[in-house]
Amino acid sequence: MQFEEVGLRYGADAETLVDVSFTLEEGGFYFLTGPSGAGKTSLLKMLYLAQRPTRGKISMFGQEVTGLARDRLPGFRRRIGVVFQDFRLLSHLTVFDNIALPLRVAGVEEHDLQAPVREMLAWVGLAQRAEARPATLSGGEQQRVAIARAVIARPEILVADEPTGNVDPEMAARLLHLFDALNKLGTTLVVATHDLHLLSRVSRAQMMRLDRGRLSDPTGSLRYPPRSA
Amino acid sequence: MKLPASATAADRRLLPEGRLAGPMPWVIAIMMFLTALAGAAGLGIGAAAVELRQGLGERLTVQIVEANPDTRNAQARAALRTLSKLPEVKLATRVGDAEITRMLAPWFGAGGLGEDVPIPALIDVSLTPEGIDHGDMIAGALARVAPAAHVDNTSEWLGPLARLMHGLALLAAGIVLLMMGATAAAVVLAARGALNTHRATIDTLHLLGATDVQVARLFQRRIALDALFGGGIGFLAGILVILLLGAEISRVGSALLGVGHLPPAAWLLIAILPFLAMALATVTARITVVNALRQML
Ligand SMILES: Nc1ncnc2c1ncn2[C@@H]1O[C@H](COP(=O)(O)OP(=O)(O)O)[C@@H](O)[C@H]1O
Ligand SMILES: [Mg+2]
Repeated sequence: MQFEEVGLRYGADAETLVDVSFTLEEGGFYFLTGPSGAGKTSLLKMLYLAQRPTRGKISMFGQEVTGLARDRLPGFRRRIGVVFQDFRLLSHLTVFDNIALPLRVAGVEEHDLQAPVREMLAWVGLAQRAEARPATLSGGEQQRVAIARAVIARPEILVADEPTGNVDPEMAARLLHLFDALNKLGTTLVVATHDLHLLSRVSRAQMMRLDRGRLSDPTGSLRYPPRSA
Repeated sequence: MKLPASATAADRRLLPEGRLAGPMPWVIAIMMFLTALAGAAGLGIGAAAVELRQGLGERLTVQIVEANPDTRNAQARAALRTLSKLPEVKLATRVGDAEITRMLAPWFGAGGLGEDVPIPALIDVSLTPEGIDHGDMIAGALARVAPAAHVDNTSEWLGPLARLMHGLALLAAGIVLLMMGATAAAVVLAARGALNTHRATIDTLHLLGATDVQVARLFQRRIALDALFGGGIGFLAGILVILLLGAEISRVGSALLGVGHLPPAAWLLIAILPFLAMALATVTARITVVNALRQML
């Protein structure tokens, strides 16, 4: 996963992201931090192929995707799991069906997806709420549904945008533990957060910091707290 | 273990349940109602026009009204020669005097008119189908060789009537086509509306790796079912009216307007209308949705 001199401009405004370059190692754990409005969500959107850059080059899975044809996008998107900042749960579907969505999109047979979805429900502690609608869940429960949906299809990269924004510290710790477990199974993680407490909890995590559209640590070698000056 | 069919049932759950298309099914119902009526009227009138032309239009009678029997016979022979050379004429035969006398008997008694009252010579002409509208030309050709010939031209009044009926049938066909166009337009509007309503769902499905075809299939199936629903209702209402009207027309005894006893082929054509509407809606919805999806990322 590589960004080279990537710039993003919405409309005629000044560039939201300027000269962003970095390389993510396979199996790495990355935090993306920065103040609100710095461009974290914008960067992640390009990462999960919801937004094309205005300039620069993005490559992933050994292929340049910047100008990828529309009909080739689904194949790449299925290899990336996303926890959206606003969850994007489908309100007309039950918790079960929301979590099953990526498997159904990938064409998994109905009888083959029952077990993995049940397992995932148990894993995020929502086994009792399988038939509930998202609107009847608390913010934290919705977040866990969003996470379960993001990981059910065993993506190679998991992108999470402020995944602890809606939960209490205890739940945040549990979610982070969950991410940690996934990362240990080989999934590359990119987690955007402005919650500095989180950063210290995964010792091997690397930090990328965005400030007004510029990435201040392109190599991702800085940790929080900094190892040494 | 679930049945394979449940995969599509789950697929169907990807969009919210219920009607997708708002008032579209009802617009299609109205359209289908009018289409069925126009179609039946057009087919009925068309069939009647064909019957009319074939039954009456292909015949023509030439009278030669001439007091002098020699002149009359000479002109009759000349007229027969001329007629038999015309490509529009299939067969021209002189009606024998005995036959004429027999035809006149009901009016003038068995004794006939007597020697002193001249009987016109009659020529019975069958026309080819192409000759039906050329009565005037035939009369013109005869006027040169048989000045006393008078063409009793059924096509003189039948022609305009047949043309009127033909025109009405064409108009009905035009209305059916316009209805199809309006149905397609209604589907386009409904599909766009549905896409807007479900834009967030579509974006999410896309980001989870759904292809345009997968997304389009969801809408297409719903819209097709809605169209079939609307089309079915409009169609049933239309058929009901056609049957009632047909019965009324038969009761009036207007055999001339063959409506009310549509030929089986016409019924078949009308019966496929709702399925045609569904196919049209499906194709239109698919094109609309796929085109709209292409604008998204
Ligand atoms: N779709 C958009 N259109 C226009 N401006 C946008 C859009 N998305 C984000 N922005 C702008 O880009 C900047 C960065 O936003 P965002 O990436 O959401 O930052 P963060 O996630 O770090 O809070 C903000 O100024 C925001 O207003
Ligand atoms: Mg954000």
